Amino acid sequence: MTLLETRGLSKSFGGVHAVAGLDLTVSQGEVLGLIGPNGAGKTTVFNLLSGFLTPDAGEVRFRDRSLRGLRPHTICALGLARTFQIVRPFPRLSVLDNVVIGALGRHAVAARAREHARAVVERVGLGAKAGQAAAGLTLAERKRLELARALATEPTLLLLDEVMAGLNPTEISGVVALVGEIHRGGVSILLIEHNMRAVMALSHRIVVLNFGETVAEGAPAAIANHPRVVEAYLGEEYVHAAPPH
Amino acid sequence: MLFGGVFSLMAVGLTLIFGVMRVVNFAHGDMMVWGMYLAWLMATRVGLDPYVGFLVCAAALFVLGFVVQRALVQRIVDAPHEMQILLMLGVALVLENTALLLFGPEPQRVRSGLAQATLWLGPVFVDVARLIAFGVAVVLTLLLSLFLFRTDLGRAIRAAADNTYGALVIGTNVRRVYAVAFGVGAACVGAAGALVSPLLPFQPPTGLQLSVASFNIVIIGGMGSLLGAFAGGLLVAVAESLGAVFLRPSLKELVSFSLLVVILLFRPTGLFGRRTS
Amino acid sequence: MIRLLIVAAVLLLAALPLLPSVFGSYAVTLFTLIFFYGFLGQAWNVVGGYAGQLSAGHAAFLGIGAYTSAVLSVEKGITPWVGMFVGGALAAALGALIGFLGFRFGLRGFYFVLLTVAFAEICRIIASNTDAIGGAVGYYITFTGDPRQFQFQDARAYYYVALALMLAATGIVAWLEQQRFGLYLSAIREDESACEALGVNTFRYKMLAMVLSSFLTGVGGAFYAFYLFSLQPSSVFGIPLSVEIIIRAVVGGAGTVFGPILGSFILSPLAELARHYFAQGGWHGAHLIVYGMLLIAVVLFLPEGAYPRLARLFHR
Repeated sequence: MTLLETRGLSKSFGGVHAVAGLDLTVSQGEVLGLIGPNGAGKTTVFNLLSGFLTPDAGEVRFRDRSLRGLRPHTICALGLARTFQIVRPFPRLSVLDNVVIGALGRHAVAARAREHARAVVERVGLGAKAGQAAAGLTLAERKRLELARALATEPTLLLLDEVMAGLNPTEISGVVALVGEIHRGGVSILLIEHNMRAVMALSHRIVVLNFGETVAEGAPAAIANHPRVVEAYLGEEYVHAAPPH
Repeated sequence: MLFGGVFSLMAVGLTLIFGVMRVVNFAHGDMMVWGMYLAWLMATRVGLDPYVGFLVCAAALFVLGFVVQRALVQRIVDAPHEMQILLMLGVALVLENTALLLFGPEPQRVRSGLAQATLWLGPVFVDVARLIAFGVAVVLTLLLSLFLFRTDLGRAIRAAADNTYGALVIGTNVRRVYAVAFGVGAACVGAAGALVSPLLPFQPPTGLQLSVASFNIVIIGGMGSLLGAFAGGLLVAVAESLGAVFLRPSLKELVSFSLLVVILLFRPTGLFGRRTS
Repeated sequence: MIRLLIVAAVLLLAALPLLPSVFGSYAVTLFTLIFFYGFLGQAWNVVGGYAGQLSAGHAAFLGIGAYTSAVLSVEKGITPWVGMFVGGALAAALGALIGFLGFRFGLRGFYFVLLTVAFAEICRIIASNTDAIGGAVGYYITFTGDPRQFQFQDARAYYYVALALMLAATGIVAWLEQQRFGLYLSAIREDESACEALGVNTFRYKMLAMVLSSFLTGVGGAFYAFYLFSLQPSSVFGIPLSVEIIIRAVVGGAGTVFGPILGSFILSPLAELARHYFAQGGWHGAHLIVYGMLLIAVVLFLPEGAYPRLARLFHR
């Protein structure tokens, strides 16, 4: 079942086509990886999907409902949650309160929201820091907090924007495991990522973006050796380079 | 209409401060009023005509601006905007009420020999005083542009405005640059105050009206653009003169504030300026 | 240690209603003002402290509440006990307008402050030029001392009313702080976009905060009118009054339940002292210099306000 579908999605800034006629689908239960060089338009896509930007052209349908003109909070209420590439915790609020904000979207009564938030905080492994102010967390912890907050809104589809960025290999493994676990819990995921290991490990399918349009699409193994992907990342000269032995 | 020149000078000062440091100077109008009072002091105590004395006012206000920036604003450069607003509000309160304490609440005006003279300029009857004010304002603005675009310090200020981090990296003494920029901005307004002091009765509460006028101009012209500030000044002066023609004098203030609301709501990206997010 | 503090606070709270019997009239007046400005500061706290939308024009709401209840009482004989809610409602309407314009048009920070100041000044100018309500000279209410008309012979009655207002506002804020409303506001203050991404309708909540804040302030206006019996546009709509309101919350601790109260307990005596010291001048601007310097000092050295700092001190 198709969860998210975009058709001809386009957005320009000045003369630059950040996103040019993008057709994308995410199916229920899928983890879709979105990769591409810097400036390929990936975060712009997220902003368009989550309502922070309005498309110049094209359609976005989520659970068979058009998202055109909807404000971000409405889209979140419909079940599409996102994280930010540069994490945005509420610095003066505690870890728990940060997550409670997300939970309040589904549980209007503060006490109930707090219970739910506590469970989510435990699930992402921040239980010990629940009472601490978010400002005092390490980057890895903030990434988990960002995840927890979005998770607390009980999304059907979660957009993760470079959630591994800036983490060391141990931390990355931890997050990969967490994302996998979230997915197994029934949440479909669309993730932007530069860390290839993580993308390969998590994704069922990968879409490669460059200059705002799809350059390649397919299973991880196919993408890894796809000439156009190599070209996009490394430039034309490397397309015919001999693979390492 | 010739007021526009002076307005522009005020606006340029404010833009300099905002453009460089992203600090909104709520005390702007009150600084101008101090320029006026200083001019008055010099005229009455020393007999110095404000059209000469404005230089002293500019210098004094420069010092004030420099000190305020160095001692106060610099400490909260990284603080949330609300804190900066409150800080400058505090400064405004201190300035306005110290003036009230020292000079009393009655309106003052500066007597200048030149203020009495008038001149026929073609078909139009023109106040010499206003003409001089306009002229000096234009000259000062030109000098300021020269400073910013031709001198090293000026370039450093512009660099810091565009990209603080980059400026730091290339070794700019950003703190000094900021303080100088603030000082120059204050000096502009001090000069403007002195130039206008024979033309306008002033009292400490005038500070707020002047601040509002400055904000009007700067927002129209686009925060951060000097040229826009200059053009905006002329525009707002025209608008206000028109307003004064059609409305009761006591409602002239109403025009300023209503104009401010309209400008705030429909604020353009600026005639020449860049919108800051 | 914290338990000791709570006990002390409860004792103080219990003592407050008893104080008038012990106090002389000067102390009663001082405390009445402390409570009243604490109330106003708390009202401002909702939108300025919790929601983080700095308003420097709250005097507009006070003025509307004051004039409305005064005019209704004098011209139509409607008792201020009712008039205060009408005044509050009208103030809330203006609050809604300002909020709508500000939030719909994306005015944040400095721009929003300017908007509020502009509206307050516009109100002042209109009031100054409307002869029907006394123009610049002012509107006067004759003292009848009739409690049903919200007038009291005994100054101590005002003490209790002001205390009740302050406690009510504080109670409301304390309750809301723990509800979704309060939690959302605190988050909005931190990062609006992040809130939006988490499903928070930031526009709605900012509007609610604005309406509540302006309503309460408007109600306070009625007290003001029937405590002072004379209203001048320049004092009732003026910036000095807006500053009085803001500074209590800011100095005491914006965004906390006890901040405005603590702030009022600090500031009112301070203002009185300044007024006395400079009384020879025969004018009342000196305390504003003190306010200005205090604002500067707080921003530089105590940005979260006195209460949070004290609370941390006692936590150890």
